[in-house]
Amino acid sequence: MNTRTARFLNFVGGNAILSRDITRQLFTRPFYFDLLSSQLLTIGVRSLPLIFVVAISVGMVMALQFGIGLEKFGGKLYIPKLVSVSITRELGPIFASLMFAARVGAGITAEVASMVVSQQVDALRALGTSPVKKIIIPRVLACLIALPILTVIGNAIGLMGGLFVGVLDLNLNSGFYLQKIEASVTLADFFSGVGKTVFFSLFISIPACYYGLHVQRGTRGVGIATTEAVVTASILIFIGDYFLTKFFWIFESWK
Amino acid sequence: MEVISVNHLRKMFANKTIHRDVSFKVKEGECLGLLGGSGAGKSVILRSLIGLEKPDGGEIRIDGVDISKLSEPQLYEIRKKVAYAFQNGALFDSLTVFENVAYALKEHTTLSDKDIRLKVHDLLKDFNLDGCENLFPNELSGGMQKRVGLARAIILGPRAILYDEPTAGLDPANTITIQNLILHLKESGTTSILVTHDMDTALRVCDRICFLDKGEIEDLGSVEEIKKDRTRLMSLFVRG
Ligand SMILES: Nc1ncnc2c1ncn2[C@@H]1O[C@H](COP(=O)(O)OP(=O)(O)OP(=O)(O)O)[C@@H](O)[C@H]1O
Ligand SMILES: [Mg+2]
Repeated sequence: MNTRTARFLNFVGGNAILSRDITRQLFTRPFYFDLLSSQLLTIGVRSLPLIFVVAISVGMVMALQFGIGLEKFGGKLYIPKLVSVSITRELGPIFASLMFAARVGAGITAEVASMVVSQQVDALRALGTSPVKKIIIPRVLACLIALPILTVIGNAIGLMGGLFVGVLDLNLNSGFYLQKIEASVTLADFFSGVGKTVFFSLFISIPACYYGLHVQRGTRGVGIATTEAVVTASILIFIGDYFLTKFFWIFESWK
Repeated sequence: MEVISVNHLRKMFANKTIHRDVSFKVKEGECLGLLGGSGAGKSVILRSLIGLEKPDGGEIRIDGVDISKLSEPQLYEIRKKVAYAFQNGALFDSLTVFENVAYALKEHTTLSDKDIRLKVHDLLKDFNLDGCENLFPNELSGGMQKRVGLARAIILGPRAILYDEPTAGLDPANTITIQNLILHLKESGTTSILVTHDMDTALRVCDRICFLDKGEIEDLGSVEEIKKDRTRLMSLFVRG
Protein backbone atom coordinates (compact mmCIF):
# COMPACT_ATOMS: atom_id res chain seq x y z
CA MET A 1 0.00 0.00 0.00
CA ASN A 2 1.52 3.35 -0.94
CA THR A 3 1.84 6.18 1.54
CA ARG A 4 -0.86 8.32 -0.04
CA THR A 5 -3.49 5.59 0.35
CA ALA A 6 -2.28 4.97 3.89
CA ARG A 7 -2.61 8.65 4.73
CA PHE A 8 -6.08 8.81 3.22
CA LEU A 9 -7.20 5.80 5.28
CA ASN A 10 -5.60 7.30 8.39
CA PHE A 11 -7.49 10.52 7.71
CA VAL A 12 -10.85 8.77 7.32
CA GLY A 13 -10.29 6.50 10.32
CA GLY A 14 -8.89 9.28 12.48
CA ASN A 15 -11.81 11.58 11.77
CA ALA A 16 -14.29 8.78 12.42
CA ILE A 17 -12.70 8.05 15.81
CA LEU A 18 -12.58 11.74 16.66
CA SER A 19 -16.26 12.18 15.72
CA ARG A 20 -17.14 9.18 17.85
CA ASP A 21 -15.24 10.59 20.84
CA ILE A 22 -16.92 13.96 20.38
CA THR A 23 -20.42 12.46 20.28
CA ARG A 24 -19.69 10.26 23.27
CA GLN A 25 -18.29 13.00 25.44
CA LEU A 26 -20.71 15.69 24.35
CA PHE A 27 -23.43 14.49 26.70
CA THR A 28 -21.40 13.45 29.75
CA ARG A 29 -20.29 15.61 32.65
CA PRO A 30 -18.47 17.88 33.18
CA PHE A 31 -19.66 20.55 30.72
CA TYR A 32 -17.40 23.53 30.11
CA PHE A 33 -19.81 26.29 29.09
CA ASP A 34 -17.25 29.00 29.77
CA LEU A 35 -14.89 27.46 27.22
CA LEU A 36 -17.72 27.31 24.66
CA SER A 37 -18.62 30.95 25.15
CA SER A 38 -15.04 32.13 24.82
CA GLN A 39 -14.72 30.12 21.60
CA LEU A 40 -17.98 31.62 20.33
CA LEU A 41 -16.38 35.00 20.82
CA THR A 42 -13.10 34.23 19.04
CA ILE A 43 -14.63 32.03 16.35
CA GLY A 44 -17.98 33.71 15.80
CA VAL A 45 -18.00 37.35 16.79
CA ARG A 46 -14.47 38.08 15.59
CA SER A 47 -15.33 36.66 12.14
CA LEU A 48 -18.02 39.27 11.58
CA PRO A 49 -15.83 41.92 9.89
CA LEU A 50 -14.48 39.39 7.40
CA ILE A 51 -17.94 38.05 6.59
CA PHE A 52 -19.18 41.60 6.20
CA VAL A 53 -16.52 42.56 3.65
CA VAL A 54 -16.87 39.34 1.65
CA ALA A 55 -20.68 39.35 1.63
CA ILE A 56 -21.06 42.95 0.57
CA SER A 57 -18.51 42.57 -2.24
CA VAL A 58 -20.14 39.40 -3.52
CA GLY A 59 -23.57 41.04 -3.52
CA MET A 60 -22.33 44.14 -5.33
CA VAL A 61 -20.26 42.29 -7.91
CA MET A 62 -23.08 39.84 -8.64
CA ALA A 63 -25.48 42.70 -9.29
CA LEU A 64 -22.96 44.40 -11.57
CA GLN A 65 -22.24 41.23 -13.54
CA PHE A 66 -25.88 40.38 -14.05
CA GLY A 67 -26.54 44.03 -14.80
CA ILE A 68 -24.00 44.13 -17.63
CA GLY A 69 -25.15 40.81 -18.98
CA LEU A 70 -28.88 41.36 -18.84
CA GLU A 71 -29.06 45.03 -19.85
CA LYS A 72 -28.20 44.05 -23.43
CA PHE A 73 -31.28 41.86 -23.61
CA GLY A 74 -33.51 44.23 -21.74
CA GLY A 75 -33.60 41.84 -18.81
CA LYS A 76 -32.63 44.34 -16.15
CA LEU A 77 -35.83 43.69 -14.25
CA TYR A 78 -34.75 40.14 -13.50
CA ILE A 79 -31.63 41.32 -11.69
CA PRO A 80 -33.14 41.47 -8.16
CA LYS A 81 -34.49 37.95 -8.46
CA LEU A 82 -31.32 36.46 -9.93
CA VAL A 83 -28.99 38.13 -7.48
CA SER A 84 -31.06 37.39 -4.40
CA VAL A 85 -31.75 33.77 -5.18
CA SER A 86 -28.16 32.97 -6.12
CA ILE A 87 -26.90 34.63 -2.96
CA THR A 88 -29.29 32.92 -0.56
CA ARG A 89 -29.10 29.48 -2.17
CA GLU A 90 -25.47 29.25 -3.09
CA LEU A 91 -23.01 32.10 -3.02
CA GLY A 92 -23.69 33.39 0.49
CA PRO A 93 -23.25 30.00 2.18
CA ILE A 94 -20.27 28.99 0.03
CA PHE A 95 -18.32 32.20 0.46
CA ALA A 96 -19.06 32.37 4.18
CA SER A 97 -17.93 28.76 4.60
CA LEU A 98 -14.73 29.17 2.59
CA MET A 99 -13.76 32.32 4.47
CA PHE A 100 -14.61 30.58 7.71
CA ALA A 101 -12.38 27.65 6.73
CA ALA A 102 -9.52 30.01 5.95
CA ARG A 103 -9.81 32.04 9.11
CA VAL A 104 -11.24 29.71 11.74
CA GLY A 105 -10.17 26.29 10.42
CA ALA A 106 -6.57 27.44 10.07
CA GLY A 107 -6.69 29.04 13.50
CA ILE A 108 -8.01 25.89 15.16
CA THR A 109 -5.37 23.67 13.58
CA ALA A 110 -2.52 26.02 14.42
CA GLU A 111 -3.68 26.41 18.00
CA VAL A 112 -4.34 22.72 18.67
CA ALA A 113 -1.09 21.73 16.94
CA SER A 114 0.98 24.10 19.07
CA MET A 115 -0.71 22.73 22.15
CA VAL A 116 0.29 19.22 21.08
CA VAL A 117 3.86 20.24 20.28
CA SER A 118 4.31 22.08 23.59
CA GLN A 119 2.82 19.05 25.41
CA GLN A 120 -0.16 21.00 26.72
CA VAL A 121 -2.49 18.30 25.41
CA ASP A 122 -0.50 15.69 27.31
CA ALA A 123 -0.66 17.93 30.36
CA LEU A 124 -4.47 18.04 30.14
CA ARG A 125 -4.48 14.25 30.13
CA ALA A 126 -1.86 14.00 32.87
CA LEU A 127 -4.04 16.19 35.08
CA GLY A 128 -6.96 13.81 34.67
CA THR A 129 -9.00 15.81 32.15
CA SER A 130 -10.11 15.06 28.61
CA PRO A 131 -8.56 17.05 25.74
CA VAL A 132 -11.66 16.25 23.68
CA LYS A 133 -13.83 17.99 26.25
CA LYS A 134 -11.40 20.79 26.95
CA ILE A 135 -10.27 21.80 23.49
CA ILE A 136 -12.12 19.90 20.75
CA ILE A 137 -15.78 20.06 21.76
CA PRO A 138 -15.83 23.81 22.52
CA ARG A 139 -14.33 24.56 19.09
CA VAL A 140 -16.54 22.17 17.12
CA LEU A 141 -19.69 23.39 18.86
CA ALA A 142 -18.72 27.02 18.42
CA CYS A 143 -18.27 26.42 14.66
CA LEU A 144 -21.58 24.58 14.48
CA ILE A 145 -23.38 27.50 16.09
CA ALA A 146 -21.43 30.36 14.54
CA LEU A 147 -21.24 29.45 10.85
CA PRO A 148 -25.02 29.24 10.17
CA ILE A 149 -25.58 32.49 12.03
CA LEU A 150 -22.74 34.21 10.17
CA THR A 151 -24.24 32.92 6.93
CA VAL A 152 -27.63 34.44 7.72
CA ILE A 153 -25.96 37.76 8.48
CA GLY A 154 -23.78 37.45 5.38
CA ASN A 155 -26.83 36.72 3.21
CA ALA A 156 -28.58 39.84 4.46
CA ILE A 157 -25.50 41.96 3.84
CA GLY A 158 -25.03 40.42 0.39
CA LEU A 159 -28.63 41.24 -0.55
CA MET A 160 -28.05 44.81 0.62
CA GLY A 161 -24.91 44.98 -1.53
CA GLY A 162 -26.97 43.91 -4.53
CA LEU A 163 -29.57 46.48 -3.67
CA PHE A 164 -27.00 49.31 -3.54
CA VAL A 165 -25.65 48.49 -6.97
CA GLY A 166 -29.13 47.93 -8.33
CA VAL A 167 -30.26 51.36 -7.17
CA LEU A 168 -27.07 53.40 -7.65
CA ASP A 169 -25.54 51.89 -10.80
CA LEU A 170 -28.42 50.21 -12.58
CA ASN A 171 -31.09 52.80 -11.80
CA LEU A 172 -33.58 50.32 -10.40
CA ASN A 173 -36.21 51.55 -7.99
CA SER A 174 -35.37 50.54 -4.44
CA GLY A 175 -38.97 49.76 -3.53
CA PHE A 176 -39.25 47.56 -6.61
CA TYR A 177 -35.97 45.83 -5.75
CA LEU A 178 -37.02 45.06 -2.17
CA GLN A 179 -40.41 43.83 -3.29
CA LYS A 180 -38.72 41.52 -5.82
CA ILE A 181 -36.44 40.11 -3.14
CA GLU A 182 -39.42 39.37 -0.96
CA ALA A 183 -41.37 37.78 -3.80
CA SER A 184 -38.56 35.61 -5.20
CA VAL A 185 -36.61 34.35 -2.18
CA THR A 186 -38.58 31.51 -0.62
CA LEU A 187 -38.11 29.88 2.76
CA ALA A 188 -36.91 26.80 0.90
CA ASP A 189 -34.14 28.85 -0.75
CA PHE A 190 -33.15 30.26 2.60
CA PHE A 191 -33.09 26.96 4.47
CA SER A 192 -31.36 24.99 1.73
CA GLY A 193 -28.59 27.59 1.79
CA VAL A 194 -28.18 27.93 5.52
CA GLY A 195 -28.82 24.21 6.07
CA LYS A 196 -25.74 23.33 4.07
CA THR A 197 -23.52 25.36 6.35
CA VAL A 198 -24.45 23.15 9.30
CA PHE A 199 -22.65 20.34 7.48
CA PHE A 200 -19.86 22.61 6.25
CA SER A 201 -19.10 23.70 9.80
CA LEU A 202 -18.39 20.07 10.67
CA PHE A 203 -16.32 19.61 7.47
CA ILE A 204 -14.22 22.54 8.67
CA SER A 205 -13.91 21.98 12.40
CA ILE A 206 -13.45 18.22 12.73
CA PRO A 207 -10.63 17.84 10.16
CA ALA A 208 -9.06 21.02 11.58
CA CYS A 209 -8.95 19.39 15.01
CA TYR A 210 -7.76 16.12 13.50
CA TYR A 211 -4.81 17.75 11.72
CA GLY A 212 -3.96 19.71 14.86
CA LEU A 213 -3.98 16.65 17.10
CA HIS A 214 -1.93 14.56 14.66
CA VAL A 215 0.72 17.16 13.95
CA GLN A 216 4.25 15.93 13.33
CA ARG A 217 6.46 17.09 16.16
CA GLY A 218 8.23 20.37 15.60
CA THR A 219 7.33 23.86 14.51
CA ARG A 220 7.39 23.00 10.79
CA GLY A 221 4.67 20.44 11.45
CA VAL A 222 2.31 23.18 12.62
CA GLY A 223 2.55 25.00 9.29
CA ILE A 224 2.02 21.83 7.28
CA ALA A 225 -0.97 20.78 9.39
CA THR A 226 -2.58 24.21 8.98
CA THR A 227 -2.26 24.15 5.20
CA GLU A 228 -3.66 20.62 5.03
CA ALA A 229 -6.62 21.58 7.19
CA VAL A 230 -7.64 24.51 4.98
CA VAL A 231 -7.19 22.58 1.73
CA THR A 232 -9.13 19.59 3.06
CA ALA A 233 -11.97 21.75 4.36
CA SER A 234 -12.26 23.61 1.04
CA ILE A 235 -12.37 20.37 -0.95
CA LEU A 236 -14.95 18.87 1.40
CA ILE A 237 -17.07 22.01 1.11
CA PHE A 238 -17.11 21.85 -2.71
CA ILE A 239 -17.77 18.11 -2.89
CA GLY A 240 -20.32 18.32 -0.10
CA ASP A 241 -22.01 21.26 -1.79
CA TYR A 242 -22.86 19.21 -4.87
CA PHE A 243 -24.41 16.38 -2.90
CA LEU A 244 -26.20 18.63 -0.44
CA THR A 245 -27.61 20.76 -3.24
CA LYS A 246 -28.83 17.60 -4.92
CA PHE A 247 -30.28 16.37 -1.65
CA PHE A 248 -32.18 19.60 -0.97
CA TRP A 249 -33.34 19.68 -4.57
CA ILE A 250 -34.82 16.18 -4.34
CA PHE A 251 -36.27 17.04 -0.95
CA GLU A 252 -37.95 20.17 -2.25
CA SER A 253 -39.42 18.61 -5.40
CA TRP A 254 -40.61 15.60 -3.43
CA LYS A 255 -42.54 17.74 -0.97
CA MET B 1 3.94 -3.14 49.25
CA GLU B 2 4.79 -1.84 45.77
CA VAL B 3 3.00 1.23 44.51
CA ILE B 4 4.60 1.02 41.07
CA SER B 5 5.73 -2.19 39.48
CA VAL B 6 6.87 -2.55 35.88
CA ASN B 7 7.43 -5.96 34.34
CA HIS B 8 9.13 -6.62 31.02
CA LEU B 9 7.97 -3.35 29.51
CA ARG B 10 8.55 -3.07 25.78
CA LYS B 11 8.14 0.13 23.77
CA MET B 12 8.87 1.03 20.17
CA PHE B 13 8.40 4.20 18.11
CA ALA B 14 7.95 3.33 14.43
CA ASN B 15 10.78 0.83 13.99
CA LYS B 16 12.97 2.15 16.78
CA THR B 17 13.05 0.13 19.98
CA ILE B 18 13.22 2.39 23.01
CA HIS B 19 12.64 -0.18 25.76
CA ARG B 20 13.61 -3.80 25.17
CA ASP B 21 12.90 -5.25 28.58
CA VAL B 22 12.39 -2.86 31.47
CA SER B 23 11.43 -4.11 34.93
CA PHE B 24 11.55 -2.33 38.27
CA LYS B 25 9.50 -1.77 41.39
CA VAL B 26 8.99 1.18 43.70
CA LYS B 27 7.84 0.51 47.25
CA GLU B 28 5.46 2.74 49.16
CA GLY B 29 7.22 5.86 50.43
CA GLU B 30 10.35 5.12 48.46
CA CYS B 31 12.11 7.48 46.06
CA LEU B 32 13.67 5.75 43.10
CA GLY B 33 16.30 7.60 41.09
CA LEU B 34 16.26 6.88 37.37
CA LEU B 35 19.45 7.80 35.58
CA GLY B 36 20.50 7.31 32.00
CA GLY B 37 21.98 9.12 29.02
CA SER B 38 20.02 11.65 27.05
CA GLY B 39 17.57 9.88 24.74
CA ALA B 40 17.76 6.64 26.72
CA GLY B 41 13.97 6.72 27.19
CA LYS B 42 13.55 7.97 30.75
CA SER B 43 10.77 10.39 29.93
CA VAL B 44 9.01 7.69 27.92
CA ILE B 45 9.03 5.43 31.02
CA LEU B 46 7.42 8.14 33.15
CA ARG B 47 4.85 8.90 30.44
CA SER B 48 4.02 5.20 30.18
CA LEU B 49 3.44 4.99 33.93
CA ILE B 50 0.40 7.27 33.65
CA GLY B 51 -0.77 5.91 30.32
CA LEU B 52 0.33 8.81 28.12
CA GLU B 53 2.18 6.20 26.05
CA LYS B 54 0.82 2.73 25.37
CA PRO B 55 3.40 -0.02 25.91
CA ASP B 56 3.95 -2.59 23.16
CA GLY B 57 4.44 -5.37 25.68
CA GLY B 58 4.77 -6.15 29.37
CA GLU B 59 2.72 -4.76 32.19
CA ILE B 60 2.65 -1.65 34.34
CA ARG B 61 0.96 -1.99 37.71
CA ILE B 62 -0.08 0.94 39.86
CA ASP B 63 -1.29 -0.29 43.23
CA GLY B 64 -1.68 -3.70 41.65
CA VAL B 65 -3.83 -2.54 38.71
CA ASP B 66 -2.42 -3.21 35.24
CA ILE B 67 -2.90 0.18 33.61
CA SER B 68 -1.99 -0.90 30.09
CA LYS B 69 -5.44 -2.50 29.92
CA LEU B 70 -7.34 0.58 31.08
CA SER B 71 -9.34 2.92 28.84
CA GLU B 72 -8.61 6.65 28.76
CA PRO B 73 -11.48 7.55 31.18
CA GLN B 74 -10.32 4.85 33.59
CA LEU B 75 -6.81 6.28 33.41
CA TYR B 76 -8.09 9.63 34.72
CA GLU B 77 -8.46 8.02 38.13
CA ILE B 78 -4.88 6.72 38.01
CA ARG B 79 -3.65 10.19 37.01
CA LYS B 80 -5.22 11.77 40.07
CA LYS B 81 -3.17 9.36 42.18
CA VAL B 82 0.07 9.54 40.20
CA ALA B 83 1.27 13.00 39.24
CA TYR B 84 3.70 13.68 36.41
CA ALA B 85 5.84 16.81 36.48
CA PHE B 86 6.77 17.43 32.86
CA GLN B 87 10.39 17.94 31.87
CA ASN B 88 9.60 21.28 30.19
CA GLY B 89 6.77 22.37 32.48
CA ALA B 90 4.10 22.00 29.75
CA LEU B 91 2.14 24.91 31.20
CA PHE B 92 -1.17 25.98 29.65
CA ASP B 93 -0.13 29.17 27.92
CA SER B 94 -3.61 30.67 27.82
CA LEU B 95 -3.91 30.45 31.62
CA THR B 96 -2.13 32.48 34.29
CA VAL B 97 0.26 30.93 36.80
CA PHE B 98 -2.54 30.90 39.34
CA GLU B 99 -4.99 29.21 36.97
CA ASN B 100 -2.35 26.65 35.96
CA VAL B 101 -1.60 25.68 39.53
CA ALA B 102 -5.27 25.73 40.55
CA TYR B 103 -6.28 23.58 37.56
CA ALA B 104 -6.53 20.19 39.28
CA LEU B 105 -8.25 21.68 42.34
CA LYS B 106 -10.91 23.28 40.14
CA GLU B 107 -11.43 20.11 38.13
CA HIS B 108 -11.35 17.46 40.81
CA THR B 109 -12.34 19.03 44.13
CA THR B 110 -15.28 21.00 45.44
CA LEU B 111 -13.15 23.51 47.34
CA SER B 112 -14.41 27.08 47.44
CA ASP B 113 -12.63 29.75 45.40
CA LYS B 114 -11.23 31.21 48.60
CA ASP B 115 -9.74 27.90 49.77
CA ILE B 116 -8.26 27.33 46.34
CA ARG B 117 -6.70 30.78 46.41
CA LEU B 118 -5.13 30.16 49.82
CA LYS B 119 -3.83 26.76 48.86
CA VAL B 120 -2.30 27.93 45.60
CA HIS B 121 -0.78 30.94 47.33
CA ASP B 122 0.90 28.77 49.98
CA LEU B 123 2.22 26.32 47.43
CA LEU B 124 3.65 29.07 45.22
CA LYS B 125 5.41 30.44 48.27
CA ASP B 126 7.04 27.06 48.87
CA PHE B 127 8.41 27.25 45.36
CA ASN B 128 9.74 30.83 45.71
CA LEU B 129 7.10 31.98 43.26
CA ASP B 130 5.05 34.42 45.32
CA GLY B 131 3.88 37.43 43.36
CA CYS B 132 3.74 35.50 40.09
CA GLU B 133 0.06 34.55 40.32
CA ASN B 134 -1.14 36.79 37.53
CA LEU B 135 1.70 36.32 35.09
CA PHE B 136 1.33 34.20 31.97
CA PRO B 137 3.76 31.34 31.27
CA ASN B 138 5.49 33.25 28.46
CA GLU B 139 6.40 35.95 30.99
CA LEU B 140 8.35 33.45 33.12
CA SER B 141 11.91 32.17 32.82
CA GLY B 142 12.50 28.51 32.02
CA GLY B 143 13.33 27.67 35.63
CA MET B 144 10.21 29.45 36.88
CA GLN B 145 8.03 27.58 34.38
CA LYS B 146 9.50 24.35 35.62
CA ARG B 147 8.65 25.18 39.22
CA VAL B 148 5.11 26.22 38.29
CA GLY B 149 4.74 22.89 36.47
CA LEU B 150 5.92 21.08 39.56
CA ALA B 151 3.48 22.99 41.77
CA ARG B 152 0.63 22.24 39.37
CA ALA B 153 1.46 18.53 39.40
CA ILE B 154 1.56 18.06 43.15
CA ILE B 155 -1.29 20.26 44.32
CA LEU B 156 -3.78 17.43 44.80
CA GLY B 157 -1.37 15.70 47.17
CA PRO B 158 -0.93 12.62 44.99
CA ARG B 159 0.07 9.18 46.21
CA ALA B 160 3.02 9.06 43.84
CA ILE B 161 4.93 11.71 41.92
CA LEU B 162 7.04 11.28 38.80
CA TYR B 163 9.64 14.04 38.58
CA ASP B 164 11.19 14.57 35.15
CA GLU B 165 14.46 16.42 35.72
CA PRO B 166 12.98 18.83 38.26
CA THR B 167 16.26 20.59 38.98
CA ALA B 168 17.65 20.91 35.45
CA GLY B 169 18.21 24.55 34.60
CA LEU B 170 17.70 25.84 38.14
CA ASP B 171 20.15 27.96 40.09
CA PRO B 172 21.81 26.37 43.16
CA ALA B 173 19.44 28.02 45.64
CA ASN B 174 16.33 26.84 43.82
CA THR B 175 17.87 23.40 43.35
CA ILE B 176 18.17 23.11 47.13
CA THR B 177 14.58 24.35 47.52
CA ILE B 178 13.32 21.67 45.15
CA GLN B 179 15.44 18.97 46.80
CA ASN B 180 14.03 19.94 50.19
CA LEU B 181 10.54 19.89 48.78
CA ILE B 182 10.96 16.40 47.38
CA LEU B 183 12.43 15.24 50.67
CA HIS B 184 9.56 16.84 52.55
CA LEU B 185 6.99 15.07 50.36
CA LYS B 186 8.87 11.83 50.82
CA GLU B 187 8.77 12.19 54.58
CA SER B 188 5.04 12.64 54.39
CA GLY B 189 4.80 9.27 52.67
CA THR B 190 4.71 10.10 48.97
CA THR B 191 6.20 7.52 46.64
CA SER B 192 8.28 8.95 43.83
CA ILE B 193 10.49 8.40 40.83
CA LEU B 194 13.10 11.02 40.10
CA VAL B 195 14.62 11.27 36.64
CA THR B 196 17.70 13.43 36.74
CA HIS B 197 21.18 14.03 35.38
CA ASP B 198 22.15 15.72 38.60
CA MET B 199 24.10 13.26 40.79
CA ASP B 200 24.02 15.45 43.87
CA THR B 201 20.25 15.66 43.77
CA ALA B 202 19.92 11.94 43.11
CA LEU B 203 22.25 11.01 45.97
CA ARG B 204 20.60 13.45 48.34
CA VAL B 205 16.93 12.60 47.84
CA CYS B 206 16.75 9.04 46.45
CA ASP B 207 16.73 5.75 48.34
CA ARG B 208 17.69 3.58 45.43
CA ILE B 209 19.05 4.22 41.96
CA CYS B 210 18.50 2.51 38.61
CA PHE B 211 20.36 3.07 35.37
CA LEU B 212 18.60 2.88 32.01
CA ASP B 213 20.78 1.98 29.06
CA LYS B 214 20.16 0.32 25.68
CA GLY B 215 16.54 -0.39 26.48
CA GLU B 216 17.21 -2.22 29.73
CA ILE B 217 17.40 -1.23 33.35
CA GLU B 218 20.13 -2.03 35.80
CA ASP B 219 19.48 -1.74 39.52
CA LEU B 220 22.51 -0.07 41.09
CA GLY B 221 21.30 -0.67 44.62
CA SER B 222 20.79 1.64 47.53
CA VAL B 223 22.19 5.13 47.71
CA GLU B 224 24.31 4.22 50.74
CA GLU B 225 26.17 1.62 48.68
CA ILE B 226 26.58 3.95 45.74
CA LYS B 227 27.93 6.76 47.88
CA LYS B 228 30.80 4.50 48.93
CA ASP B 229 31.79 4.02 45.30
CA ARG B 230 30.90 7.07 43.24
CA THR B 231 33.34 6.28 40.47
CA ARG B 232 31.20 3.30 39.51
CA LEU B 233 28.24 5.59 38.84
CA MET B 234 30.34 7.89 36.69
CA SER B 235 31.80 5.00 34.75
CA LEU B 236 28.30 3.97 33.65
CA PHE B 237 27.80 7.25 31.79
CA VAL B 238 31.25 7.07 30.24
CA ARG B 239 30.60 3.52 29.09
CA GLY B 240 27.13 4.44 27.74
N1 LIG C 1 6.46 10.66 20.32
C1 LIG C 1 7.61 10.14 19.91
N2 LIG C 1 7.74 9.68 18.65
C2 LIG C 1 8.89 9.14 18.21
N3 LIG C 1 9.98 8.99 18.97
C3 LIG C 1 9.94 9.43 20.23
C4 LIG C 1 8.75 10.03 20.78
N4 LIG C 1 8.99 10.37 22.07
C5 LIG C 1 10.25 9.99 22.31
N5 LIG C 1 10.83 9.43 21.23
C6 LIG C 1 12.19 8.87 21.14
O1 LIG C 1 12.39 8.05 22.25
C7 LIG C 1 13.71 8.19 22.74
C8 LIG C 1 13.68 8.43 24.23
O2 LIG C 1 13.12 9.69 24.48
P1 LIG C 1 13.03 10.26 25.97
O3 LIG C 1 12.37 11.60 25.84
O4 LIG C 1 12.39 9.27 26.84
O5 LIG C 1 14.56 10.43 26.37
P2 LIG C 1 15.11 10.83 27.79
O6 LIG C 1 15.82 9.66 28.35
O7 LIG C 1 14.05 11.44 28.62
O8 LIG C 1 16.21 11.93 27.38
P3 LIG C 1 16.55 13.35 28.08
O9 LIG C 1 17.43 13.05 29.23
O10 LIG C 1 17.26 14.09 27.01
O11 LIG C 1 15.26 13.96 28.47
C9 LIG C 1 14.36 9.31 21.95
O12 LIG C 1 15.26 8.71 21.04
C10 LIG C 1 13.22 9.96 21.22
O13 LIG C 1 13.67 10.33 19.94
MG1 LIG D 1 13.52 13.28 29.19
